[in-house]
Amino acid sequence: MNFADIAWMLVATALVLLMTPALGFFYGGLVRSKNALNTMMMSVSALGFVGIGWALAGYSIAFAPGNALVGDMSRALLRGVGLEAQGTIPHLLFFSYQGTFAIITAALISGAIVERMRFGSYLAFLFLWGIVVYAPVAHWVWGGGWLSRLGALDFAGGTVVHVNAAAAALVAALVLAPRKDYARQAILPHNVPFTLLGAGLLWFGWFGFNAGSALGANASAALAFTNTMLAPVATLVVWTLLDLVRSAKATAVGAATAIVVGLVAITPAAGFISPVSALLLGAAAAFPSYAALLWRARTRLDDSLDVVAAHGVGGTVGALLTGVLAQKSWNGTADGLLFGNPRQLAIQAAAVLAVAVYSAGATWGILKLVALFARVRATTREEGLGLDVTQHGEEAYTSGEGAILVLHEAEGPAAPLPEPVLAPGGGAS
Amino acid sequence: MNDVLESLFRAEVRGLTLHRVQGHGGETERVETYRGTTVKMELSEKVRLEIGVSDHFVQPTVNAILSAAQTGAVGDGKIFVLPVEKVYRIRTAEEDQAAVTPVG
Repeated sequence: MNFADIAWMLVATALVLLMTPALGFFYGGLVRSKNALNTMMMSVSALGFVGIGWALAGYSIAFAPGNALVGDMSRALLRGVGLEAQGTIPHLLFFSYQGTFAIITAALISGAIVERMRFGSYLAFLFLWGIVVYAPVAHWVWGGGWLSRLGALDFAGGTVVHVNAAAAALVAALVLAPRKDYARQAILPHNVPFTLLGAGLLWFGWFGFNAGSALGANASAALAFTNTMLAPVATLVVWTLLDLVRSAKATAVGAATAIVVGLVAITPAAGFISPVSALLLGAAAAFPSYAALLWRARTRLDDSLDVVAAHGVGGTVGALLTGVLAQKSWNGTADGLLFGNPRQLAIQAAAVLAVAVYSAGATWGILKLVALFARVRATTREEGLGLDVTQHGEEAYTSGEGAILVLHEAEGPAAPLPEPVLAPGGGAS
Repeated sequence: MNDVLESLFRAEVRGLTLHRVQGHGGETERVETYRGTTVKMELSEKVRLEIGVSDHFVQPTVNAILSAAQTGAVGDGKIFVLPVEKVYRIRTAEEDQAAVTPVG
């Protein structure tokens, strides 16, 4: 075991975990205030419901030895997961690190289905999705499954996380149908500062996401770390220029989006390409996602927070460009198209397609299954009142005016009210 | 807003209530863009003041507001002078003229 590796991976795990509440802020700022808590809870609750699934079965399905499709259950319930080495770090640490990935992947889906899903059904969906969709896909690419045997390159999860979540998001948005106000009323973000905060924290955490995927404190981690800085930098510049060309105004929401798109795109490539390639990748990734964003807003698809444009398109662009820009002299593993290996691009495309198809199909199945037992969609009345009040019995931004304390029957008030003091001359208190 | 307050205080008008409201005047439209969505903002942030004064204070109050709030642009707003039937000061139960005369 390597103590430097352990130290770094401890930090990386915490960084990736931070990304889930950060996502809550990113998404939460973009919805209407009456749905702020519900949206943020869709991210935060993933920590619980995907996390528990990971410990019970997900980790085993993903990383236990098995066949080309799934790992066996030898690591379920944390059996065989102890302090022994897994690579150069304790097994438990590897388990924890990978768990934070499962959590945020599932949480990403929520962006497509905000403001209209019954929360209980969403929790059931999260639990099932982590085990049935995320874990097998992780096994395919990282756990020794068929895509890794095919030679697919996915450094930190362009396919496992982003394409996977986006395909699920697309299906979920279709199954849940648009919000009642979509394309009828102006739906505006209620707190863009939250979205900027979320983007900043996501970037910070993403250093753990990408550089931590080197699973050690080594040169590969340093390369991934640097690329995680450079790619979004390029995306941010290009996106800002695109905003200025389109409307002469560089928007804050655009900046936050650009940062995420750049980070998504570099995720599969982070440890495989040169820093200059990372700048090019980041710049290139801005265009398809920007176009997808504009296109989607004109369709009837209520992918409310553009999960497909940011994670689907961004993840696909990143995965494919990994197949173009991978450089063995930098990564020690494989070259891409530009460096004499055209086959890599085809492998990348196959991986993206396979994961997208499986994720879409399985997500559809899970939603239909959950719908057999409970209402999945909020009613139009619930949508109108807001999901914070109807799903959580809470308000994000209440002044408390007009709120009256409900006392239990056996008690009276805690203490008698003080008597008003009357000054001589009749002045009131 | 602060200019208007200063101007009113200098005119010895200190009793007022401020509301933050949204309104629409003759302004040209504001357009905002959020990702793929472009919207026209029909309502703008505005301010509404309610000031109760005795008759001989009406013109000084109007002058104070006009001098401080005027920008020359559409959207400066309006002053409505309304008659008031009766005024009471809650603390002392004084009525009408005495109620709006400052103490001390």
